[in-house]
Amino acid sequence: MSGQAFTDQLKQKFGDKIAGANFENVDPWIEVTPEGIVDVCQYLRDEPTLAFDYLNSITVVDYLHTDEKKAAKSEWQPHLEVVYHLFSMQHKHSLVLKVMLPRWLNDATGKLPQVSTVSGIWNTADWHEREAYDLSGVDFTGHPYLRRILCPEDWVGHPLRKDYEMPLEYHGIRGR
Amino acid sequence: MSATIDDPRVIEFDVRTDEMLVNMGPQHPSTHGVLRLVLRTDGEIVSEVTPHIGYLHRCAEKIGENLTPRQFIPYTDRMDYLAAMNMNLGWSLTVEKLLKYEPPEKGRHLRVIIAEMGRIASHLVGMGAYGLDLGTFSPFLYAFRERERILDLFEEVCGARLTYSYLTVGGATADLPLGWLQKCSAFLDQFEPVIAEYHTLLTTNSIFIKRTANIGILSPQMAIDYGTSGPVLRGSGVDHDLRRDGEEIYTAMYDGYAFEVIVEKDGHYPKDHKYPRVPSEAVLGDCWHRFYVRMLEVMQAIDLVRQAIERYSTATGSYGEPLKLTQKLPAGEAYLETESPRGQMGFYIVSDGSAIPWRVRARSSSFCNLSVTGPLCAGCLIADVPAIVGSLDIVMGEIDR
Repeated sequence: MSGQAFTDQLKQKFGDKIAGANFENVDPWIEVTPEGIVDVCQYLRDEPTLAFDYLNSITVVDYLHTDEKKAAKSEWQPHLEVVYHLFSMQHKHSLVLKVMLPRWLNDATGKLPQVSTVSGIWNTADWHEREAYDLSGVDFTGHPYLRRILCPEDWVGHPLRKDYEMPLEYHGIRGR
Repeated sequence: MSATIDDPRVIEFDVRTDEMLVNMGPQHPSTHGVLRLVLRTDGEIVSEVTPHIGYLHRCAEKIGENLTPRQFIPYTDRMDYLAAMNMNLGWSLTVEKLLKYEPPEKGRHLRVIIAEMGRIASHLVGMGAYGLDLGTFSPFLYAFRERERILDLFEEVCGARLTYSYLTVGGATADLPLGWLQKCSAFLDQFEPVIAEYHTLLTTNSIFIKRTANIGILSPQMAIDYGTSGPVLRGSGVDHDLRRDGEEIYTAMYDGYAFEVIVEKDGHYPKDHKYPRVPSEAVLGDCWHRFYVRMLEVMQAIDLVRQAIERYSTATGSYGEPLKLTQKLPAGEAYLETESPRGQMGFYIVSDGSAIPWRVRARSSSFCNLSVTGPLCAGCLIADVPAIVGSLDIVMGEIDR
């Protein structure tokens, strides 16, 4: 899937909600705006010729150089990428979607960036989004019950952020 | 233990018992590790199940961001520690996909032998432990007797019995030792007739059927919606197996092998004339079917190993030298799922061009399979909860990573 023709078709349907695409990568991907992700996913699942009824995984990748020298040379600005891997049981094809988010909402450190939940489309997204929230700190708005899943409920911070620092102690256990 | 009334909650309503929260686990024999289930019960009936996970979280993804792909191999062992070979394979193939590397022919057949033997060992534990969940001890001993011999074979190959780190990026760490194939064939010849014993002990045992048939029915729509995979998905009648339907880099391994996807089609399983018939009480998608799919996969794995041994012995060339430990990765990202015994294990690697990946992600099959327990257990009896959770055959190491 996700060739030039398919992307053009999506662009025609959703206009600005399709922000871009990359065909050079091993797995080509299509970039969707945070506002458009639910509409696009709903369409991808319900359109009979596409029928992406299976969500493989949701991953959040943090792009931030903690080293200032590397940051100065870097090609990208610090941001988060939410990656959706989709699959169709019927047609046996797959697709990768990406949503780009700022690292913090309105650049206020500590406020989590927001994107709409897709748990209404695929139930499996419920746990994947909880994991993404827990480890990478993304607020999936509209999620039925967004809470930590792997870390304890009173854990502070999001460990898969590149600037995360292990707490000094947790309930009397030394952290570092 | 199926209730005959349409909605079993109705009985409890008449009795007017109090609602009670029951904690199952984290230390409970039938939760297969450290899983905590909070049951909301009304008498004997469970109305809600909430799994709490994370007790075994070891930050595998964060560790992956600090090691080269080959150094990360031992950490994949510790995800699904009952099928460590298949975990090694999944990660190796993902990195190979990013590198656009193709292992030599001999290496591919070697991987099929090892991966399918791993599948047998893993399903044997799944079968034995499921017997334990339902209160029978002997199948566990029989299963472990045979598994022991597979572990002996693996030990001869790589020196380890649980966490192998044998299959690696590029191929395998060593070739199979001399005379190993004969030992492997001898084991298969001895093992194949033993499976009939397992069927007598469990599959066709009337108590076992009563405990599993028509319990925890998972519809195909729900199975897909919740992202379940492996025997759980196929037990619901969804015809999907990555060894046939996966990405080319993975299916190339099984190219030319004769095998059928184990799934019920038009009321019967492939080759089912050789095996016990489906009992009339069983409904597609229930615990019994999930168990049965696993048992048939053991048979199929034997067949695949035999084919692979034949191909391996005639193949020439290298088995695939491992990649350099600090080999630089091309910038880009790759995602690949492989059919591990418990379902589709996915790895995602993002690289910025250095030797150490920028981001590593492990999509666990048991994680998604477990997420379906809530809806699956709603309305069942407390005694059925272990039967349902056991039929999903989860490994906590893989869920918590």
